[in-house]
Amino acid sequence: MVPIPYRVVRRRRETHDSWTLELEPHDGASVQPFAPGQFAMLYAFGKGEVPISVSALPLVHTIRAVGVVSTALCDARKGDVLGVRGPFGTAWPVEAAEGADVAVLTGGIGLAPLRPVVHHLLANRERYGRVVVLYGGRSPAELLYTAELERWRGRFDVQVEVAVDQAGADWRGRVGVVTTLVPRADFDPAHTVAMICGPEVMMRFAVAALQDRGVPAEAIHVSLERSMKCAIRLCGHCQLGPEFICHDGPVFPWDRVEPLLRVREL
Amino acid sequence: MQTIDELLGEIDVFRGLGDEHLDLIAGCAQNRVFGEGEPLLSENEQANTFFAIRHGTVALETYVPQRGAVMIETLHGGDVLGWSWLFPPYRTMFDARALGVVRTVAFDGACLREKCEQDPQLGYVLMKRFAEVMVERLQATRLRLLDVYGQVPGR
Repeated sequence: MVPIPYRVVRRRRETHDSWTLELEPHDGASVQPFAPGQFAMLYAFGKGEVPISVSALPLVHTIRAVGVVSTALCDARKGDVLGVRGPFGTAWPVEAAEGADVAVLTGGIGLAPLRPVVHHLLANRERYGRVVVLYGGRSPAELLYTAELERWRGRFDVQVEVAVDQAGADWRGRVGVVTTLVPRADFDPAHTVAMICGPEVMMRFAVAALQDRGVPAEAIHVSLERSMKCAIRLCGHCQLGPEFICHDGPVFPWDRVEPLLRVREL
Repeated sequence: MQTIDELLGEIDVFRGLGDEHLDLIAGCAQNRVFGEGEPLLSENEQANTFFAIRHGTVALETYVPQRGAVMIETLHGGDVLGWSWLFPPYRTMFDARALGVVRTVAFDGACLREKCEQDPQLGYVLMKRFAEVMVERLQATRLRLLDVYGQVPGR
């Protein structure tokens, strides 16, 4: 439960409100290795603690400044020390997906928790069938990791499609909702593992588009987000019915959480 | 080189239509290629043409004073561009511009309207196909109206 001090060794601005921080142990002590999909509780000393998914291994986080703590984390400079607890939660099923096609669907800041999945898929490309990355954003200026997306797109063994909701006349990519990318994505629905992360409403429509293509519910995995405080299944802030998102999630098979997400009171 | 009839069979909105109907539609169709930046449609013009995009990307735009052209949507290979030819007053609502080389099958909407009037079965089938496309676009637009990426995560 005690945060371990980590130093910011690199800091990169992604968008007007999002930053990527690369962390290294400050005094030798370190947390256990993270798996793609897991999250850390990052502590901005004097401000508080928030859950942030790992956006690359061993310990890189992309943070959107939306509150006091996340703004303080985004303001952290190279050399500053933050507290880290973790790893917490469940991971994306990257090993279970071996041999299958993999469809990664993501929107907005949701690309961050799936980025280590893409890294893993590309580093172990021979273990997977077709790999598809579908990414939606509000506008071209709000897309994360644009240079990296270009590198992925430059490979011949992965299909990368990006769509934005709004764009000026100088944008050369797609304008439209991310779910419209699904019907023409190159994967075999019956042999695909899908991993989705983004705003909950986007995930709901993304699941519908995948199911229209014939991807079974049990092959679809989503990452959920609720207000997490303790991260160790104690406080109940993140509960979704019987599920503690911090411990039983954040990554869930769709068929396990779909009935819960239909309950509006939850 | 493929004939218009063969090309029509590959276009989603016409897929599965009988030869008799495809022949009628083909009589109103021609191949057209647009270069980078060339307009396919212009706002507030008589809507006499629609397109099936075979290859390339088309930007659907409108001009907003002091903002310039705003891209509303992009359409791609397999998509249909234009439905103002179906309904009075037959005027286009948006500009459509080629982003790179765009290969299309262009249809004379007035010619096809006339054939639909003469052959209500063809008219009904086409109306159903276009209604499907319109519903898909409407639903996608509604989702974009939610501005989901602007929401603050966490509750």
